[in-house]
Parts: sequence; structure tokens; C-alpha cells
Amino acid sequence: MNYNWHWTVLLEAEPGGTGTYLHYLVVGLGWTLATALAAWVIALAIGALVGTLRTTSMKWVVRTGNLYVEIFRNVPLIVQMFLWFFVVPELLPRALGDWIKQVPPPWGSYVPAVLCLGIFTSVRVAEQVRAGINSLPRGQRMAGIAMGLTETQVYRTVILPQAFRIILPPLTSEFMNVIKNSSVALTIGLLELTGRARAMQEFSFRVFEAFTAATVIYLLTNLIVVVLMRALEKRVRVPGLIAAAGAPQAGH
Amino acid sequence: MAGFDFDVIQRSWGYLFREGMSFTLTLTALAMTGGIVFGTLLAMMRLSSIKPVAVLAGAYVNLMRSIPLVLVIFWFFFLVPYIGAWVIGAKEPIKVGAFWSAAITFTMFEAAYYCEIMRAGIQSIPRGQVWSGYALGLDYWQTMARIVLPQAFRNMLPVLLTQTIILFQDTSLVYVISATDFLGAAAKVANRDYRLVEMYSFVAVVYFVVSYGLSTLVRRLQERIAIIK
Repeated sequence: MNYNWHWTVLLEAEPGGTGTYLHYLVVGLGWTLATALAAWVIALAIGALVGTLRTTSMKWVVRTGNLYVEIFRNVPLIVQMFLWFFVVPELLPRALGDWIKQVPPPWGSYVPAVLCLGIFTSVRVAEQVRAGINSLPRGQRMAGIAMGLTETQVYRTVILPQAFRIILPPLTSEFMNVIKNSSVALTIGLLELTGRARAMQEFSFRVFEAFTAATVIYLLTNLIVVVLMRALEKRVRVPGLIAAAGAPQAGH
Repeated sequence: MAGFDFDVIQRSWGYLFREGMSFTLTLTALAMTGGIVFGTLLAMMRLSSIKPVAVLAGAYVNLMRSIPLVLVIFWFFFLVPYIGAWVIGAKEPIKVGAFWSAAITFTMFEAAYYCEIMRAGIQSIPRGQVWSGYALGLDYWQTMARIVLPQAFRNMLPVLLTQTIILFQDTSLVYVISATDFLGAAAKVANRDYRLVEMYSFVAVVYFVVSYGLSTLVRRLQERIAIIK
């Protein structure tokens, strides 16, 4: 393949005047992480709640939880991004909608991206939480009830403390999915890492240098997350259980 | 909601489905077929006793699974013309349309995910099956093709199909290279007629109906397979 590599382009100034292209990409990584972390907080909070509620004995609560999961699991992420960015402001009261449309960049796309990604991921977290709770032996719940605990107490003191420790490995891969999925936010104008690699390619015409740099940054980020999470998993593992490998899953 | 314009959907119906949805479905079918074939080969490579082969396949799968699909789409969009030129020995990068670029991208990307599913499927087959294959005088390829893969494939069918539903949803990301898939077609109409609310809501409903319908079928299949086992 006859492509002339030109790596020093990374040290050239980007046209926006903020510094070198390398600096431009690293700031992009900052936006990627800021989006992913904020979305992850939302995803964990809603996911833990919905996942837990779906295992309770209250029929209508379980149904509502199932409905929530089905809605946000069966619409593509990019379409959900468009709904949050283009459609939601139109459906709100006019004054509020107009105010939202005036929010200056990058916040105008950051906030919808975080909400969208957070709720999209919460569904996947909810599935993991539910699977974790269901993987506990039924005797645990029965023993709790036999001891005279209420359903809430059984969850708080017996089931959830174990379930959350079991599902840590699958949650790690969900967290890495959030980081990757945050790249979809470029479609609503958020200049995160992939968006900036694309912009750099357009400004400098150095296609493969830009994408290689972004790829390397993603790989390093993944590596760091994996190392940190493995250390955490080791500390909180339930003694006596074989590490939960989990069933093979579909993903993206 | 009062100003919701159903007419724009009716007017663009033919374009949306004949152009857009057929692009999406063809792309999904091609990437699924290619992805499962290539993914199964990758899984066999990853489980190979020849170290370099296993390492190479592992590196490919982990690389694909570590970077965002959007970035992979950009990569192949620019890379495929160069690879094409290299394959046919042309001097200049060849021209590749959005469809074929997307088809190659999704085949290569999804193969990494299908690979992990097939690997789990192959590993779920008892070793005795392989040994009895060899004892009968079959070679590696015959054992794989006639004994291991058919069972692995059947065990993993629900997961493979679930992955395909995800693939169907993910093809909407070809929006970033301005391809006219279902979402792309709707976006073009939405911007032309300034009917973003109507078009994007409609797109969401259609994706929901198709994905939900398919995943319900997969769940039924899963129950049936579970009983047979």
C-alpha cells in the first residue's frame, strides 16, 4: 500500500488555535470520559433500581420495569440520540424548549448525550442486576423471610450485598461499552475523541494518522480501565465462589 | 402534539422502505452471513493449538472489541479504497460506494463478536466428541464440520440471533458516512421538509417494532431449544 505516513502532523497546530493536534485529541478523550462517567452514574442509579424492582413480587412494578427495558433496548442508540437532541425540546413547553435550543456548545450536545447514554446503558445494567439477583440460590431469600425479615430487609441485608459483588465483572464490560458508545454523540455535535479524530482528518488530510492516534488512545484507556477493575474485582469477590464467568452474551 | 404531521410519513413511505429499509436489511443479511462465517473461522483460530494463529486471531478480536463502531466505520471507509487498490494492483485508491464500504466494515466488526459467541459454543462441546471423531479416522476439518460446529451452532443459535438483532440496530450508524439506510433516508426527508419530530419518532417506532418482534421470536426459540436439551 502506497500511503506516505506523516506522523509529525500530531505536533502541528490545529486550526482552532488551541494547540497541537495531539493536544486536541487528548481534550477529546477528556470529553469522552466526562460523557461516559456522567452517563455511568445515571446508568448505575436507574439500572440498579429497575433491575432490583424487576425481581420483586409486585406484579405491576415488574411489568413497568419490563416495559422500560424493552423500550430502550429495542431502539438504536443513534436514533435515541436524535430523539433527545431534536425531538424532546420540541415536545416540551415552548419557552423551555426554546431555552434548551439556545444552550451554547458544547453543553447543548453534552447534556442530551449524557441523558441518552445514561438511560440507554441503565437498561443493560438493569439486566445485569436482575441476572445477578436471580443467580443467587433461592434459599437465601427464603432463609431471610424465615428469619422474619420483610422483603425490603431481605433485599437490603441479604440479596443486594451479594448480587452487586457477583455482577462486578459484567459491569466492567458495560462501563467499557459506555466509553465506546459515547462516540455516537458525535452525531449530535459533541466533539469527543472519535469526533475530533474525524475533524483532524478533515483539517489536515492525514486520514490514517488521525484514526491510528484515536485507536491507540482508546486501547490505552481500555487497558487502564481493565487493570483498575480487575484490582477492584479481586478485593470485593465473594469468598468461596468461583469467579462468575457468566453466559456468553451478545454485545456491541 | 397537535401539529404532528402524519402526511410527511405517508408521502415518503415508498422512499423510506424501498430505498432505506432495503439498504438496512440487505446490509444486515450480508454482514450476518459474512460475520458468522468469518467469526467461526476466527473462533477456530483462537482455539487452535498453533500458538501464532491463536495469538493473531485473539489480537484481532480484542482490537475490534476495544474501539467504538463509529471509529471502525470511519477506518474502513478510508481504508477499503487503499486495500482494494492493493488487491487489484492499481496505483490510485479505488472508488468504493457507501454500501460496500459498510458491508465490509460490518462483516469485519461483527465477526469479532460472533467469534466470541462461537468460541463459547465450541468450548461447550464435551471433549469426548472430538476424540471420538478422531478415533473414527476423521481429520480436523471433518471433525469440526460434521461433529463440533453443528452442535455449537445449535447451542448458540439464540445468542447468535440476538447479536444479529443488535447488528440490525447498529447498521443505523452508517449515518456517519452519509449512507441512505433507513435512518439516513428518514434524516434526508426530515431535513428537506423540516419535519424532524415526525420522522425521528417514526424511525424509533419502526426500529422498536422490528427489534421487539424479532427478540420475542428468539425468546420462543430459546424456550423450545431448552426443552429439547
